[in-house]
Amino acid sequence: MITMENVSKTYSNGVTALNDISVHIDRGEFVYIVGPSGAGKSSFIRLIYREAKPTKGKIIVSDRDLSKLKERHIPYLRRDIGVVFQDFKLLQKLTVYENVAFALEVIETPPRTIKRRVQEVLKLVGLEAKEKMIPSELSGGEQQRVAIARAIVNNPKVVIADEPTGNLDPDTSWEIMKVLEDINSKGTTIIMATHSKHIVNTIKRRVIAIEDGVIVRDQQRGDYGYEI
Amino acid sequence: MKMELLYEINSGVTTAMKFRTLLRHIREGTKNIFRNGWMTFASIAAVTTTLILVAVFLALVLNLDQMARNIEQDVQISTLIDVTADEDQIVQLGEEIEQIDGVAEVQFSSNDNELSKLIESMGDEGQAWSMFEQDNPLNHVYIVEASVPEETEVIANQIEELDNVENVLYGKEVVEQLFQFNSYARAIGLALIIALVFTAIFLISNTIKITIIARSTEIGIQKLVGATNSFIRWPFFVEGALLGILGSLAPVAVILGGYYYIYNNFANVVNFRFVELLPFDPFAWQLSGMVLLIGAVIGVWGSVMSVRKFLKV
Ligand SMILES: Nc1ncnc2c1ncn2[C@@H]1O[C@H](COP(=O)(O)OP(=O)(O)OP(=O)(O)O)[C@@H](O)[C@H]1O
Ligand SMILES: [Mg+2]
Repeated sequence: MITMENVSKTYSNGVTALNDISVHIDRGEFVYIVGPSGAGKSSFIRLIYREAKPTKGKIIVSDRDLSKLKERHIPYLRRDIGVVFQDFKLLQKLTVYENVAFALEVIETPPRTIKRRVQEVLKLVGLEAKEKMIPSELSGGEQQRVAIARAIVNNPKVVIADEPTGNLDPDTSWEIMKVLEDINSKGTTIIMATHSKHIVNTIKRRVIAIEDGVIVRDQQRGDYGYEI
Repeated sequence: MKMELLYEINSGVTTAMKFRTLLRHIREGTKNIFRNGWMTFASIAAVTTTLILVAVFLALVLNLDQMARNIEQDVQISTLIDVTADEDQIVQLGEEIEQIDGVAEVQFSSNDNELSKLIESMGDEGQAWSMFEQDNPLNHVYIVEASVPEETEVIANQIEELDNVENVLYGKEVVEQLFQFNSYARAIGLALIIALVFTAIFLISNTIKITIIARSTEIGIQKLVGATNSFIRWPFFVEGALLGILGSLAPVAVILGGYYYIYNNFANVVNFRFVELLPFDPFAWQLSGMVLLIGAVIGVWGSVMSVRKFLKV
Protein backbone atom coordinates (compact mmCIF):
# COMPACT_ATOMS: atom_id res chain seq x y z
CA MET A 1 0.00 0.00 0.00
CA ILE A 2 2.60 2.51 1.11
CA THR A 3 6.35 2.05 0.81
CA MET A 4 9.06 4.55 1.65
CA GLU A 5 12.69 3.86 0.82
CA ASN A 6 15.43 6.04 2.29
CA VAL A 7 13.20 9.08 2.29
CA SER A 8 14.51 12.41 3.51
CA LYS A 9 12.70 15.72 3.64
CA THR A 10 14.53 19.00 4.06
CA TYR A 11 12.41 22.15 3.90
CA SER A 12 13.56 25.21 2.00
CA ASN A 13 14.52 26.86 5.31
CA GLY A 14 17.10 24.12 5.84
CA VAL A 15 15.20 22.16 8.51
CA THR A 16 15.47 18.42 7.98
CA ALA A 17 12.13 17.03 9.13
CA LEU A 18 12.71 13.43 8.03
CA ASN A 19 16.04 11.73 7.63
CA ASP A 20 16.48 8.48 5.68
CA ILE A 21 13.17 6.87 6.52
CA SER A 22 12.27 3.40 5.22
CA VAL A 23 8.94 1.85 6.02
CA HIS A 24 6.29 -0.40 4.52
CA ILE A 25 2.60 -0.31 5.36
CA ASP A 26 0.31 -3.04 4.06
CA ARG A 27 -3.22 -2.80 2.80
CA GLY A 28 -5.71 -2.84 5.67
CA GLU A 29 -3.26 -1.97 8.42
CA PHE A 30 -3.97 0.47 11.24
CA VAL A 31 -0.83 2.44 12.08
CA TYR A 32 -0.17 5.06 14.74
CA ILE A 33 2.59 7.58 14.13
CA VAL A 34 3.87 8.86 17.47
CA GLY A 35 6.70 11.03 18.65
CA PRO A 36 7.44 14.34 20.33
CA SER A 37 6.40 17.65 18.88
CA GLY A 38 8.50 18.59 15.86
CA ALA A 39 9.62 14.99 15.31
CA GLY A 40 8.34 14.92 11.73
CA LYS A 41 4.93 13.20 12.01
CA SER A 42 3.03 15.78 9.98
CA SER A 43 5.82 15.86 7.42
CA PHE A 44 5.52 12.07 7.08
CA ILE A 45 1.78 12.42 6.46
CA ARG A 46 2.20 15.28 3.97
CA LEU A 47 4.59 13.17 1.91
CA ILE A 48 1.97 10.45 1.49
CA TYR A 49 -0.68 12.64 -0.11
CA ARG A 50 1.95 14.56 -2.03
CA GLU A 51 1.41 17.83 -0.26
CA ALA A 52 5.18 17.80 0.16
CA LYS A 53 7.84 16.25 -2.06
CA PRO A 54 10.70 14.19 -0.62
CA THR A 55 14.14 15.69 -1.00
CA LYS A 56 15.58 12.19 -1.36
CA GLY A 57 14.28 8.64 -1.65
CA LYS A 58 11.36 6.79 -3.14
CA ILE A 59 7.72 6.77 -2.10
CA ILE A 60 5.10 4.42 -3.50
CA VAL A 61 1.44 4.95 -2.63
CA SER A 62 -1.18 2.56 -4.02
CA ASP A 63 1.12 1.51 -6.87
CA ARG A 64 2.07 5.08 -7.78
CA ASP A 65 5.70 6.13 -7.67
CA LEU A 66 5.34 9.62 -6.24
CA SER A 67 8.78 10.74 -7.39
CA LYS A 68 7.62 10.17 -10.96
CA LEU A 69 4.09 11.45 -10.41
CA LYS A 70 3.36 14.40 -12.68
CA GLU A 71 1.75 17.49 -11.15
CA ARG A 72 -1.40 16.97 -13.16
CA HIS A 73 -1.82 13.45 -11.83
CA ILE A 74 -1.76 14.49 -8.17
CA PRO A 75 -5.58 14.89 -8.08
CA TYR A 76 -5.97 11.23 -9.04
CA LEU A 77 -3.64 10.16 -6.23
CA ARG A 78 -5.70 12.24 -3.80
CA ARG A 79 -8.86 10.43 -4.86
CA ASP A 80 -7.33 7.25 -3.44
CA ILE A 81 -6.51 8.92 -0.14
CA GLY A 82 -8.83 10.38 2.47
CA VAL A 83 -7.28 13.05 4.67
CA VAL A 84 -8.45 14.15 8.12
CA PHE A 85 -7.01 17.01 10.18
CA GLN A 86 -7.08 18.29 13.71
CA ASP A 87 -9.02 21.41 12.60
CA PHE A 88 -11.66 19.52 10.54
CA LYS A 89 -11.39 21.87 7.51
CA LEU A 90 -15.13 22.02 6.89
CA LEU A 91 -16.82 24.72 4.82
CA GLN A 92 -18.77 26.74 7.35
CA LYS A 93 -21.53 27.88 4.99
CA LEU A 94 -22.40 24.41 3.75
CA THR A 95 -24.59 21.87 5.53
CA VAL A 96 -23.28 18.54 6.77
CA TYR A 97 -24.71 16.89 3.68
CA GLU A 98 -23.20 19.47 1.32
CA ASN A 99 -19.79 19.27 2.98
CA VAL A 100 -19.64 15.55 2.32
CA ALA A 101 -21.20 15.77 -1.15
CA PHE A 102 -18.62 18.44 -2.04
CA ALA A 103 -15.88 15.81 -2.20
CA LEU A 104 -17.83 13.85 -4.79
CA GLU A 105 -19.00 16.86 -6.80
CA VAL A 106 -15.49 18.08 -7.48
CA ILE A 107 -14.54 14.69 -8.89
CA GLU A 108 -17.62 14.79 -11.12
CA THR A 109 -19.59 11.92 -9.63
CA PRO A 110 -23.11 11.50 -11.05
CA PRO A 111 -25.75 13.15 -8.79
CA ARG A 112 -27.59 9.92 -8.06
CA THR A 113 -24.42 8.22 -6.86
CA ILE A 114 -23.61 11.27 -4.74
CA LYS A 115 -26.93 11.10 -2.94
CA ARG A 116 -26.62 7.39 -2.22
CA ARG A 117 -23.00 7.52 -1.08
CA VAL A 118 -23.41 10.59 1.14
CA GLN A 119 -26.36 9.00 2.92
CA GLU A 120 -24.37 5.80 3.38
CA VAL A 121 -21.35 7.46 4.97
CA LEU A 122 -23.41 9.83 7.12
CA LYS A 123 -25.10 6.75 8.52
CA LEU A 124 -21.72 5.11 9.05
CA VAL A 125 -20.49 8.05 11.16
CA GLY A 126 -23.86 8.35 12.89
CA LEU A 127 -24.89 11.75 11.56
CA GLU A 128 -27.78 10.90 9.26
CA ALA A 129 -30.14 12.90 11.50
CA LYS A 130 -28.02 16.03 11.30
CA GLU A 131 -27.40 16.28 7.57
CA LYS A 132 -29.15 19.65 7.27
CA MET A 133 -27.14 21.36 10.02
CA ILE A 134 -24.16 23.61 9.43
CA PRO A 135 -20.80 22.98 11.16
CA SER A 136 -21.22 25.74 13.76
CA GLU A 137 -24.32 23.95 15.05
CA LEU A 138 -22.33 20.77 15.73
CA SER A 139 -20.01 19.65 18.53
CA GLY A 140 -16.31 19.18 17.81
CA GLY A 141 -16.70 15.41 17.67
CA GLU A 142 -19.59 15.71 15.26
CA GLN A 143 -17.64 18.08 13.05
CA GLN A 144 -14.73 15.64 12.97
CA ARG A 145 -17.12 12.86 12.02
CA VAL A 146 -18.34 15.01 9.11
CA ALA A 147 -14.70 15.43 8.08
CA ILE A 148 -14.17 11.67 8.27
CA ALA A 149 -17.34 11.08 6.25
CA ARG A 150 -15.98 13.43 3.62
CA ALA A 151 -12.62 11.65 3.65
CA ILE A 152 -14.13 8.23 3.06
CA VAL A 153 -17.08 9.09 0.84
CA ASN A 154 -15.33 8.12 -2.39
CA ASN A 155 -14.04 4.84 -0.98
CA PRO A 156 -10.34 5.69 -0.67
CA LYS A 157 -7.90 2.85 -0.12
CA VAL A 158 -6.22 4.70 2.72
CA VAL A 159 -7.23 7.32 5.26
CA ILE A 160 -4.49 9.43 6.79
CA ALA A 161 -5.33 11.45 9.88
CA ASP A 162 -3.07 14.07 11.46
CA GLU A 163 -4.04 14.28 15.14
CA PRO A 164 -7.74 13.76 14.44
CA THR A 165 -8.54 13.86 18.15
CA GLY A 166 -6.17 16.71 18.93
CA ASN A 167 -8.96 19.21 19.54
CA LEU A 168 -11.38 16.84 21.21
CA ASP A 169 -12.05 15.81 24.80
CA PRO A 170 -11.40 12.15 25.76
CA ASP A 171 -15.01 10.98 25.42
CA THR A 172 -15.39 12.52 22.00
CA SER A 173 -12.03 11.09 21.00
CA TRP A 174 -13.38 7.59 21.60
CA GLU A 175 -16.29 8.34 19.31
CA ILE A 176 -13.86 9.21 16.57
CA MET A 177 -11.70 6.15 17.24
CA LYS A 178 -14.75 3.92 16.99
CA VAL A 179 -15.51 5.36 13.56
CA LEU A 180 -11.91 4.93 12.39
CA GLU A 181 -11.78 1.34 13.68
CA ASP A 182 -15.04 0.67 11.89
CA ILE A 183 -13.64 1.98 8.62
CA ASN A 184 -10.47 -0.04 9.13
CA SER A 185 -12.46 -3.21 9.76
CA LYS A 186 -14.00 -2.74 6.29
CA GLY A 187 -10.54 -2.92 4.77
CA THR A 188 -9.37 0.68 4.58
CA THR A 189 -5.80 1.34 5.62
CA ILE A 190 -5.58 3.91 8.43
CA ILE A 191 -2.51 5.98 9.27
CA MET A 192 -2.92 8.25 12.23
CA ALA A 193 -0.49 10.68 13.83
CA THR A 194 -1.36 11.22 17.48
CA HIS A 195 -0.18 12.45 20.84
CA SER A 196 -2.77 10.45 22.73
CA LYS A 197 -1.05 7.94 24.95
CA HIS A 198 -4.41 6.76 26.19
CA ILE A 199 -5.71 5.88 22.73
CA VAL A 200 -2.52 4.16 21.58
CA ASN A 201 -2.25 2.12 24.73
CA THR A 202 -5.91 1.11 24.71
CA ILE A 203 -6.59 0.31 21.07
CA LYS A 204 -3.43 -1.65 20.40
CA ARG A 205 -2.15 -1.38 16.86
CA ARG A 206 1.10 -1.02 15.00
CA VAL A 207 3.10 1.94 16.35
CA ILE A 208 5.77 3.81 14.40
CA ALA A 209 7.70 6.20 16.61
CA ILE A 210 9.58 9.06 15.00
CA GLU A 211 12.15 11.21 16.79
CA ASP A 212 14.17 13.95 15.13
CA GLY A 213 13.10 12.74 11.72
CA VAL A 214 14.20 9.15 12.28
CA ILE A 215 12.10 6.02 12.94
CA VAL A 216 13.21 4.87 16.36
CA ARG A 217 10.65 2.13 16.86
CA ASP A 218 8.24 0.11 14.72
CA GLN A 219 6.18 -2.31 16.75
CA GLN A 220 3.04 -4.38 16.16
CA ARG A 221 0.49 -3.87 18.97
CA GLY A 222 2.91 -1.35 20.46
CA ASP A 223 2.73 1.16 23.30
CA TYR A 224 2.74 4.92 23.10
CA GLY A 225 6.05 4.82 24.95
CA TYR A 226 6.37 8.44 26.02
CA GLU A 227 5.46 10.09 29.26
CA ILE A 228 3.41 13.19 28.63
CA MET B 1 -27.49 15.00 -20.54
CA LYS B 2 -25.70 13.44 -23.44
CA MET B 3 -24.23 16.74 -24.53
CA GLU B 4 -20.53 16.89 -23.93
CA LEU B 5 -18.02 19.63 -24.37
CA LEU B 6 -14.52 18.93 -25.49
CA TYR B 7 -11.80 20.76 -23.73
CA GLU B 8 -8.10 20.45 -23.22
CA ILE B 9 -6.34 19.53 -20.06
CA ASN B 10 -2.86 21.07 -20.02
CA SER B 11 -1.34 17.71 -20.90
CA GLY B 12 -2.91 17.93 -24.31
CA VAL B 13 -5.11 14.97 -23.50
CA THR B 14 -8.59 15.73 -24.70
CA THR B 15 -11.22 14.96 -22.13
CA ALA B 16 -14.94 15.35 -22.31
CA MET B 17 -16.40 17.74 -19.79
CA LYS B 18 -19.83 16.66 -18.74
CA PHE B 19 -22.60 19.11 -19.48
CA ARG B 20 -23.55 18.95 -15.80
CA THR B 21 -20.03 20.04 -14.87
CA LEU B 22 -20.18 22.93 -17.31
CA LEU B 23 -23.42 24.09 -15.71
CA ARG B 24 -21.78 23.78 -12.32
CA HIS B 25 -18.89 26.02 -13.36
CA ILE B 26 -21.29 28.60 -14.75
CA ARG B 27 -23.31 28.49 -11.53
CA GLU B 28 -20.20 28.90 -9.38
CA GLY B 29 -18.83 31.67 -11.59
CA THR B 30 -22.13 33.52 -11.38
CA LYS B 31 -22.18 33.19 -7.59
CA ASN B 32 -18.71 34.72 -7.44
CA ILE B 33 -19.97 37.78 -9.31
CA PHE B 34 -22.38 38.59 -6.51
CA ARG B 35 -19.84 37.91 -3.81
CA ASN B 36 -17.69 41.03 -4.12
CA GLY B 37 -20.09 43.83 -4.86
CA TRP B 38 -17.95 46.92 -5.19
CA MET B 39 -15.09 45.36 -7.09
CA THR B 40 -17.54 43.68 -9.42
CA PHE B 41 -19.19 47.05 -10.01
CA ALA B 42 -15.83 48.75 -10.61
CA SER B 43 -14.73 46.07 -13.09
CA ILE B 44 -17.97 46.19 -15.01
CA ALA B 45 -17.86 50.00 -15.08
CA ALA B 46 -14.29 49.90 -16.39
CA VAL B 47 -15.23 47.47 -19.14
CA THR B 48 -18.28 49.57 -20.00
CA THR B 49 -16.28 52.80 -20.26
CA THR B 50 -13.64 51.09 -22.33
CA LEU B 51 -16.08 49.50 -24.70
CA ILE B 52 -18.17 52.63 -25.24
CA LEU B 53 -14.98 54.36 -26.27
CA VAL B 54 -14.00 51.44 -28.44
CA ALA B 55 -17.41 51.54 -30.08
CA VAL B 56 -17.47 55.28 -30.77
CA PHE B 57 -13.94 55.12 -32.04
CA LEU B 58 -14.56 52.13 -34.25
CA ALA B 59 -17.75 53.62 -35.66
CA LEU B 60 -15.93 56.84 -36.47
CA VAL B 61 -12.80 55.32 -37.94
CA LEU B 62 -14.60 52.68 -39.97
CA ASN B 63 -17.01 55.23 -41.39
CA LEU B 64 -14.27 57.74 -42.21
CA ASP B 65 -12.25 54.96 -43.72
CA GLN B 66 -15.15 53.95 -45.87
CA MET B 67 -15.66 57.56 -46.97
CA ALA B 68 -12.03 58.02 -47.80
CA ARG B 69 -12.10 54.84 -49.81
CA ASN B 70 -15.24 55.96 -51.62
CA ILE B 71 -13.61 59.20 -52.58
CA GLU B 72 -10.40 57.50 -53.48
CA GLN B 73 -12.14 54.97 -55.68
CA ASP B 74 -13.98 57.79 -57.23
CA VAL B 75 -11.02 59.95 -58.00
CA GLN B 76 -11.31 61.26 -61.43
CA ILE B 77 -9.02 63.82 -62.91
CA SER B 78 -10.87 66.61 -64.63
CA THR B 79 -8.60 68.03 -67.29
CA LEU B 80 -9.92 71.47 -68.21
CA ILE B 81 -9.08 72.11 -71.86
CA ASP B 82 -7.94 75.59 -72.95
CA VAL B 83 -10.87 77.47 -74.47
CA THR B 84 -8.53 78.49 -77.28
CA ALA B 85 -7.79 74.93 -78.35
CA ASP B 86 -9.25 73.85 -81.69
CA GLU B 87 -10.75 70.47 -82.48
CA ASP B 88 -7.48 68.90 -83.73
CA GLN B 89 -5.61 70.04 -80.66
CA ILE B 90 -8.32 68.60 -78.45
CA VAL B 91 -8.12 65.22 -80.18
CA GLN B 92 -4.32 65.28 -79.97
CA LEU B 93 -4.48 66.07 -76.25
CA GLY B 94 -6.82 63.14 -75.76
CA GLU B 95 -4.36 60.81 -77.45
CA GLU B 96 -1.46 62.14 -75.41
CA ILE B 97 -3.35 61.57 -72.16
CA GLU B 98 -4.21 58.01 -73.19
CA GLN B 99 -0.49 57.28 -73.64
CA ILE B 100 0.40 58.20 -70.05
CA ASP B 101 1.25 55.15 -67.91
CA GLY B 102 -1.49 54.08 -65.56
CA VAL B 103 -4.37 55.81 -67.32
CA ALA B 104 -7.35 53.50 -67.45
CA GLU B 105 -9.93 55.57 -69.21
CA VAL B 106 -10.22 58.93 -70.93
CA GLN B 107 -13.61 60.39 -71.59
CA PHE B 108 -14.48 63.60 -73.37
CA SER B 109 -17.17 65.76 -71.89
CA SER B 110 -18.26 68.94 -73.69
CA ASN B 111 -18.88 72.17 -71.84
CA ASP B 112 -22.62 71.80 -72.41
CA ASN B 113 -22.52 68.38 -70.84
CA GLU B 114 -20.54 69.75 -67.87
CA LEU B 115 -23.07 72.52 -67.36
CA SER B 116 -26.05 70.17 -67.28
CA LYS B 117 -24.19 67.90 -64.82
CA LEU B 118 -23.57 70.92 -62.62
CA ILE B 119 -27.19 72.06 -62.78
CA GLU B 120 -28.33 68.56 -61.93
CA SER B 121 -26.02 68.16 -58.94
CA MET B 122 -27.15 71.45 -57.43
CA GLY B 123 -30.78 70.40 -57.37
CA ASP B 124 -33.23 73.27 -57.03
CA GLU B 125 -30.56 75.91 -56.61
CA GLY B 126 -29.05 74.67 -59.85
CA GLN B 127 -31.78 76.34 -61.85
CA ALA B 128 -29.96 79.63 -61.33
CA TRP B 129 -27.21 78.29 -63.56
CA SER B 130 -29.61 77.67 -66.41
CA MET B 131 -29.12 81.23 -67.57
CA PHE B 132 -25.60 80.33 -68.61
CA GLU B 133 -26.91 77.84 -71.13
CA GLN B 134 -26.68 80.44 -73.93
CA ASP B 135 -23.21 81.62 -72.95
CA ASN B 136 -21.48 78.64 -71.37
CA PRO B 137 -18.52 79.77 -69.26
CA LEU B 138 -17.23 76.23 -68.66
CA ASN B 139 -14.43 74.40 -70.42
CA HIS B 140 -14.52 71.21 -72.39
CA VAL B 141 -13.16 68.50 -70.16
CA TYR B 142 -11.29 65.23 -70.38
CA ILE B 143 -12.29 63.00 -67.51
CA VAL B 144 -9.35 60.72 -66.77
CA GLU B 145 -9.41 57.69 -64.53
CA ALA B 146 -6.28 56.07 -63.15
CA SER B 147 -6.14 52.28 -63.07
CA VAL B 148 -4.74 52.48 -59.51
CA PRO B 149 -6.18 55.25 -57.28
CA GLU B 150 -2.80 55.90 -55.63
CA GLU B 151 -1.33 56.98 -58.98
CA THR B 152 -3.83 59.74 -59.48
CA GLU B 153 -1.46 62.43 -58.32
CA VAL B 154 1.42 61.34 -60.58
CA ILE B 155 -0.85 61.18 -63.60
CA ALA B 156 -2.41 64.55 -62.81
CA ASN B 157 1.05 66.12 -62.65
CA GLN B 158 1.92 64.66 -66.03
CA ILE B 159 -1.28 65.90 -67.65
CA GLU B 160 -0.62 69.37 -66.28
CA GLU B 161 2.59 69.48 -68.40
CA LEU B 162 0.75 68.86 -71.68
CA ASP B 163 -0.21 71.61 -74.16
CA ASN B 164 -3.70 73.08 -74.23
CA VAL B 165 -4.36 72.12 -70.61
CA GLU B 166 -5.78 74.99 -68.60
CA ASN B 167 -6.05 73.25 -65.28
CA VAL B 168 -6.16 69.82 -63.69
CA LEU B 169 -8.63 69.16 -60.87
CA TYR B 170 -8.93 66.17 -58.62
CA GLY B 171 -9.94 65.42 -55.03
CA LYS B 172 -6.37 65.41 -53.81
CA GLU B 173 -6.77 67.63 -50.77
CA VAL B 174 -9.96 66.01 -49.55
CA VAL B 175 -8.59 62.50 -49.74
CA GLU B 176 -5.27 63.39 -48.19
CA GLN B 177 -6.85 65.31 -45.36
CA LEU B 178 -9.29 62.53 -44.68
CA PHE B 179 -6.56 59.90 -44.59
CA GLN B 180 -4.41 62.16 -42.46
CA PHE B 181 -7.23 62.81 -40.00
CA ASN B 182 -8.03 59.14 -39.93
CA SER B 183 -4.49 58.10 -39.12
CA TYR B 184 -4.33 60.64 -36.26
CA ALA B 185 -7.68 59.49 -34.95
CA ARG B 186 -6.50 55.92 -35.17
CA ALA B 187 -3.26 56.56 -33.25
CA ILE B 188 -4.88 58.59 -30.48
CA GLY B 189 -7.88 56.31 -30.19
CA LEU B 190 -5.72 53.22 -30.13
CA ALA B 191 -3.45 54.57 -27.38
CA LEU B 192 -6.47 55.55 -25.30
CA ILE B 193 -8.17 52.23 -25.83
CA ILE B 194 -5.10 50.17 -25.03
CA ALA B 195 -4.69 52.09 -21.78
CA LEU B 196 -8.35 51.53 -20.94
CA VAL B 197 -8.27 47.87 -21.89
CA PHE B 198 -5.38 47.31 -19.53
CA THR B 199 -7.14 49.19 -16.76
CA ALA B 200 -10.18 46.99 -17.25
CA ILE B 201 -8.08 43.83 -17.29
CA PHE B 202 -6.29 44.96 -14.15
CA LEU B 203 -9.55 45.64 -12.32
CA ILE B 204 -11.05 42.33 -13.38
CA SER B 205 -7.98 40.37 -12.34
CA ASN B 206 -8.09 42.14 -8.98
CA THR B 207 -11.74 41.31 -8.52
CA ILE B 208 -11.02 37.68 -9.24
CA LYS B 209 -8.01 37.75 -6.95
CA ILE B 210 -10.37 38.79 -4.16
CA THR B 211 -12.67 35.89 -4.98
CA ILE B 212 -9.75 33.48 -5.01
CA ILE B 213 -8.53 34.69 -1.62
CA ALA B 214 -12.05 34.59 -0.22
CA ARG B 215 -12.40 31.02 -1.40
CA SER B 216 -8.93 29.80 -0.51
CA THR B 217 -10.23 27.40 2.15
CA GLU B 218 -12.64 25.94 -0.33
CA ILE B 219 -9.94 25.67 -2.98
CA GLY B 220 -7.66 23.96 -0.45
CA ILE B 221 -10.32 21.38 0.30
CA GLN B 222 -11.02 20.89 -3.39
CA LYS B 223 -7.36 20.08 -3.90
CA LEU B 224 -7.39 17.78 -0.90
CA VAL B 225 -10.25 15.69 -2.22
CA GLY B 226 -8.77 15.40 -5.71
CA ALA B 227 -10.30 18.12 -7.87
CA THR B 228 -8.28 18.66 -11.03
CA ASN B 229 -6.66 22.02 -11.64
CA SER B 230 -8.89 22.83 -14.56
CA PHE B 231 -11.96 22.02 -12.50
CA ILE B 232 -10.79 24.51 -9.89
CA ARG B 233 -9.97 27.18 -12.44
CA TRP B 234 -13.10 27.07 -14.58
CA PRO B 235 -15.45 29.08 -12.33
CA PHE B 236 -12.92 31.90 -12.31
CA PHE B 237 -12.78 31.97 -16.10
CA VAL B 238 -16.56 32.04 -16.10
CA GLU B 239 -16.52 34.89 -13.59
CA GLY B 240 -14.11 36.86 -15.77
CA ALA B 241 -16.05 36.23 -18.95
CA LEU B 242 -19.27 37.25 -17.20
CA LEU B 243 -17.72 40.47 -15.92
CA GLY B 244 -16.60 41.27 -19.47
CA ILE B 245 -19.95 40.41 -21.01
CA LEU B 246 -21.93 42.33 -18.38
CA GLY B 247 -19.64 45.28 -19.03
CA SER B 248 -20.41 45.16 -22.73
CA LEU B 249 -24.20 45.25 -22.41
CA ALA B 250 -24.48 49.03 -21.98
CA PRO B 251 -22.07 49.69 -24.87
CA VAL B 252 -24.08 47.38 -27.13
CA ALA B 253 -27.24 49.30 -26.21
CA VAL B 254 -25.44 52.58 -26.93
CA ILE B 255 -24.26 51.31 -30.31
CA LEU B 256 -27.63 50.00 -31.43
CA GLY B 257 -29.60 53.00 -30.14
CA GLY B 258 -27.07 55.67 -30.99
CA TYR B 259 -26.22 54.45 -34.44
CA TYR B 260 -29.86 53.95 -35.29
CA TYR B 261 -30.54 57.55 -34.31
CA ILE B 262 -27.54 58.97 -36.16
CA TYR B 263 -28.11 56.90 -39.23
CA ASN B 264 -31.74 57.86 -39.55
CA ASN B 265 -31.28 61.53 -38.77
CA PHE B 266 -28.05 62.40 -40.50
CA ALA B 267 -27.42 59.89 -43.22
CA ASN B 268 -29.74 61.64 -45.67
CA VAL B 269 -29.12 65.21 -44.63
CA VAL B 270 -25.66 65.32 -46.11
CA ASN B 271 -26.05 64.82 -49.78
CA PHE B 272 -22.51 64.45 -51.00
CA ARG B 273 -22.21 61.08 -52.52
CA PHE B 274 -19.10 60.09 -50.61
CA VAL B 275 -20.35 61.06 -47.14
CA GLU B 276 -22.36 57.95 -46.90
CA LEU B 277 -22.69 56.28 -43.49
CA LEU B 278 -22.29 52.52 -43.30
CA PRO B 279 -25.80 51.06 -43.18
CA PHE B 280 -27.24 50.24 -39.73
CA ASP B 281 -27.79 46.65 -40.74
CA PRO B 282 -25.29 44.94 -40.72
CA PHE B 283 -22.77 47.51 -39.46
CA ALA B 284 -24.31 48.23 -36.02
CA TRP B 285 -24.83 44.52 -35.42
CA GLN B 286 -21.29 43.65 -36.43
CA LEU B 287 -19.96 46.41 -34.19
CA SER B 288 -22.08 45.11 -31.28
CA GLY B 289 -20.80 41.60 -31.81
CA MET B 290 -17.25 42.87 -31.88
CA VAL B 291 -17.73 44.86 -28.67
CA LEU B 292 -19.27 41.85 -26.93
CA LEU B 293 -16.36 39.70 -28.03
CA ILE B 294 -13.79 42.26 -26.87
CA GLY B 295 -15.59 42.44 -23.52
CA ALA B 296 -15.46 38.67 -23.09
CA VAL B 297 -11.79 38.55 -24.11
CA ILE B 298 -10.90 41.31 -21.62
CA GLY B 299 -12.76 39.37 -18.92
CA VAL B 300 -11.15 36.04 -19.64
CA TRP B 301 -7.74 37.67 -19.93
CA GLY B 302 -8.19 39.30 -16.53
CA SER B 303 -9.17 36.01 -14.96
CA VAL B 304 -6.33 34.10 -16.60
CA MET B 305 -3.90 36.63 -15.14
CA SER B 306 -5.10 36.32 -11.56
CA VAL B 307 -5.64 32.58 -11.79
CA ARG B 308 -2.04 32.20 -12.92
CA LYS B 309 -0.74 34.44 -10.18
CA PHE B 310 -2.92 33.58 -7.21
CA LEU B 311 -4.13 30.07 -7.87
CA LYS B 312 -1.05 27.89 -7.73
CA VAL B 313 -2.92 24.68 -8.28
N1 LIG C 1 6.44 23.90 5.80
C1 LIG C 1 7.54 23.84 6.58
N2 LIG C 1 8.60 24.64 6.29
C2 LIG C 1 9.70 24.58 7.05
N3 LIG C 1 9.85 23.79 8.11
C3 LIG C 1 8.84 22.99 8.46
C4 LIG C 1 7.63 22.98 7.71
N4 LIG C 1 6.79 22.08 8.28
C5 LIG C 1 7.45 21.56 9.32
N5 LIG C 1 8.67 22.09 9.44
C6 LIG C 1 9.67 21.74 10.42
O1 LIG C 1 9.94 20.37 10.31
C7 LIG C 1 10.06 19.76 11.55
C8 LIG C 1 9.04 18.64 11.69
O2 LIG C 1 7.73 19.24 11.69
P1 LIG C 1 6.39 18.39 11.70
O3 LIG C 1 5.28 19.36 11.54
O4 LIG C 1 6.52 17.31 10.72
O5 LIG C 1 6.41 17.81 13.19
P2 LIG C 1 5.30 17.02 13.98
O6 LIG C 1 5.89 15.76 14.40
O7 LIG C 1 4.05 16.96 13.18
O8 LIG C 1 5.06 17.97 15.23
P3 LIG C 1 3.70 18.20 16.06
O9 LIG C 1 3.55 16.99 16.91
O10 LIG C 1 4.00 19.42 16.87
O11 LIG C 1 2.62 18.39 15.10
C9 LIG C 1 9.88 20.86 12.57
O12 LIG C 1 11.15 21.28 13.00
C10 LIG C 1 9.18 21.95 11.83
O13 LIG C 1 9.57 23.19 12.33
MG1 LIG D 1 2.09 17.72 13.34
